[in-house]
Amino acid sequence: MDKVMRLASEKDVVVFSKSSCCLCYAITILFQELGVTSTVHEIDQDPEGREMEKTLVRLGCNAPVPAIFVGGRLVGSTNEVMSLHLSGGLIPMLKPYQTWC
Amino acid sequence: MNSPTPQFVPSRLGIYEPIHQIGIWGENFKSNGNPNTSTSVIVEVDNKLENESETTSHEMLTASNTYEQEASKPIDKIQRRLAQNREAARKSRLRKKAYVQQLENSRLKLIQLEQELQRARQQGLYMGGVLEGSHIGFSGTVNSGIAAFEMEYGRWVDVQHRQICELRTTLNAHISDIELRILVESGIGHYFELFRMKSTVAKADVFYVISGVWKTSAERFFSWIGGFRPSELLKVLVPQLDPLTEQQILEVCNLKQSCQQAEDALSQGMEKLQETVSSTVAGGPVDEVSYIPQVATAMEKLEALVSFVNQADHLRQETLQQMSRILTTRQAARGLLALGEYFHRLRALSTLWATRPPEPSLP
Repeated sequence: MDKVMRLASEKDVVVFSKSSCCLCYAITILFQELGVTSTVHEIDQDPEGREMEKTLVRLGCNAPVPAIFVGGRLVGSTNEVMSLHLSGGLIPMLKPYQTWC
Repeated sequence: MNSPTPQFVPSRLGIYEPIHQIGIWGENFKSNGNPNTSTSVIVEVDNKLENESETTSHEMLTASNTYEQEASKPIDKIQRRLAQNREAARKSRLRKKAYVQQLENSRLKLIQLEQELQRARQQGLYMGGVLEGSHIGFSGTVNSGIAAFEMEYGRWVDVQHRQICELRTTLNAHISDIELRILVESGIGHYFELFRMKSTVAKADVFYVISGVWKTSAERFFSWIGGFRPSELLKVLVPQLDPLTEQQILEVCNLKQSCQQAEDALSQGMEKLQETVSSTVAGGPVDEVSYIPQVATAMEKLEALVSFVNQADHLRQETLQQMSRILTTRQAARGLLALGEYFHRLRALSTLWATRPPEPSLP
């Protein structure tokens, strides 16, 4: 539990992923398009990966990856991010963290 | 058409040299075991042509004999060769025409059979599903998930059609917004029903959903991850919804942009998945007989395809949901009518395309 929350609060936008996960990749592409640099943690490359996966599921994600945290708070999985974006709620949430070069 | 083309290759002299093509057309007929009456017609035509060319060349010979003393030999030969070439070209053209006619007949027969099959399938006959080779599994068992989906989808299209007609008549009459709202809700709910059906069959065979084989050909042309593109949907809807308020225009604009961004992200994810599967399948030494490890790994990766299909449908659902929120009841009703009519027309286009008259054969 601690490692997930610790990593989630370290950076502005955190995405928990797996190295082979293409849907996770799609999410990072979306954030990129919105001017946000997301920090990706690949839990299958992490020694504590199993525990982290269990934590994410317990937090409410039906699929452990991708799990998206913004400002230390869990937004959800792909479904939640997409719904938020289409309803216009994602960009305001990301505004403080947008880094346009 | 399997016949080799180029038929008429200009020679150095600028004359068509179809001599070798006679062989080609002839071979096509010989190998054609089709008990078709047109074959016998072709044979008759052949004999007739051969007789004609013989008489023509004979005539040419007699004609040239009278001028033998005055005409120089090379010109003689050239003229004879030109005449023979012309005859051969003519024969070849006639053979080609007959062959193409035969092909057209077969093609029409095929279209008729396909239409019968489509009708039988839409009537909910299980036999249609069984005959389709694609969902007979490796062990020879029929994929019941697909068969069930095909039946349900056939019914879904019928219900869709009924709803569109009802919307049209209702919008022309003047009924209360409350009653119209009920129609709008059931219209949207009908699409949600389709997404549920697709989710179920995607678990049975995701390739089936993605291939779009369950849709008509024109619909398939626009297919994006197993269905329509949400941004395309908006392009179809918005012109039908005038007049929109300033606020609505802004919200629709934002929705269009968000859709586009989400679609781009999913498309790029799909590309990455393709690359991953491709490199997995291609990996490992090719001089070893066993490819099982590569294929097994690739299968694991392909599981992700189900998630992509679900995400694409989720996007479609959210787009419809948002439009329903932005629009008034009356506008939403017009929107649903426009959307339903659009798909209906695409299906009509598919049927029309399949039955279009054959292209005129080349001279």
